[in-house]
Amino acid sequence: MQLALFIIFGALAVAGALNLLLQRHPINSALSLVVVMMSLAVLYWSLGAEFLAAAQVIVYSGAIMVLFVFVIMLLNAGEEEQTTGSRAAYFAGFPGAAAIFCLLSFVFLSEHKALGFANIGGHLDSGIDNIAQISQVLFTKQLLPFEVTSILILVAILGAVVLARKEEQ
Amino acid sequence: MVPTAYYLVLAAILFSIGVGSFLIKRNIITIFMSIELMLNAVNLTFVAFAHHWHQINGQIFVFFVMVVAAAEAAVGLAIIIAIFRTRQTLNVDQIDLMKL
Repeated sequence: MQLALFIIFGALAVAGALNLLLQRHPINSALSLVVVMMSLAVLYWSLGAEFLAAAQVIVYSGAIMVLFVFVIMLLNAGEEEQTTGSRAAYFAGFPGAAAIFCLLSFVFLSEHKALGFANIGGHLDSGIDNIAQISQVLFTKQLLPFEVTSILILVAILGAVVLARKEEQ
Repeated sequence: MVPTAYYLVLAAILFSIGVGSFLIKRNIITIFMSIELMLNAVNLTFVAFAHHWHQINGQIFVFFVMVVAAAEAAVGLAIIIAIFRTRQTLNVDQIDLMKL
């Protein structure tokens, strides 16, 4: 059953990513990225990360993508102009990306036996659930990084306000 | 029962598509979205390895990546708005000067 789940949502994620690549209008790309993120949320859930699945839906497809769609509509972005890409991309970028993909796939598939299988649901160390476990680590061992992220968000909000403010003549 | 390697290969596929669309797209917003796609692919790798090693730390790292991505999206989109105000274009071919 998990294999069927994986195939359906993995194929949906890849199709969404390819659609992002092929669509010329940014709003279509944004909507296909939402599809990718939603299917990744299902895959997170199947790997036993319920908290991250919820956070993916709320933070990524909720907050970040709404921001993207809002900016696209605000700027009234039209279709992309047809241009030939840069020469560096064709001679270094695509072969490099393909090489990274081939290398990663080769390593993962040859280590297939050592990596083992993924079962539905989490089976972490103790019997408590995913959210309790994450919060336990987050508020004890990782408390300082957690507090620093709140400063980061605050600075990002202030920076966004300052950058997007209309310049006074 | 799905081999963990399949999840990792899926993440590699998504990451490569992100790199490819980063290279061929000409709209600055779409380029930004392909960065988000790459971040998501890395997150999937983190979660798969966290599941494999029975450790929670990978999931905590994904949490931090999400926070940084949110901050980055806010600042980056503000920069895009500021650039659009001065240049009236979103095409990266025409945005090759840092000077206003």
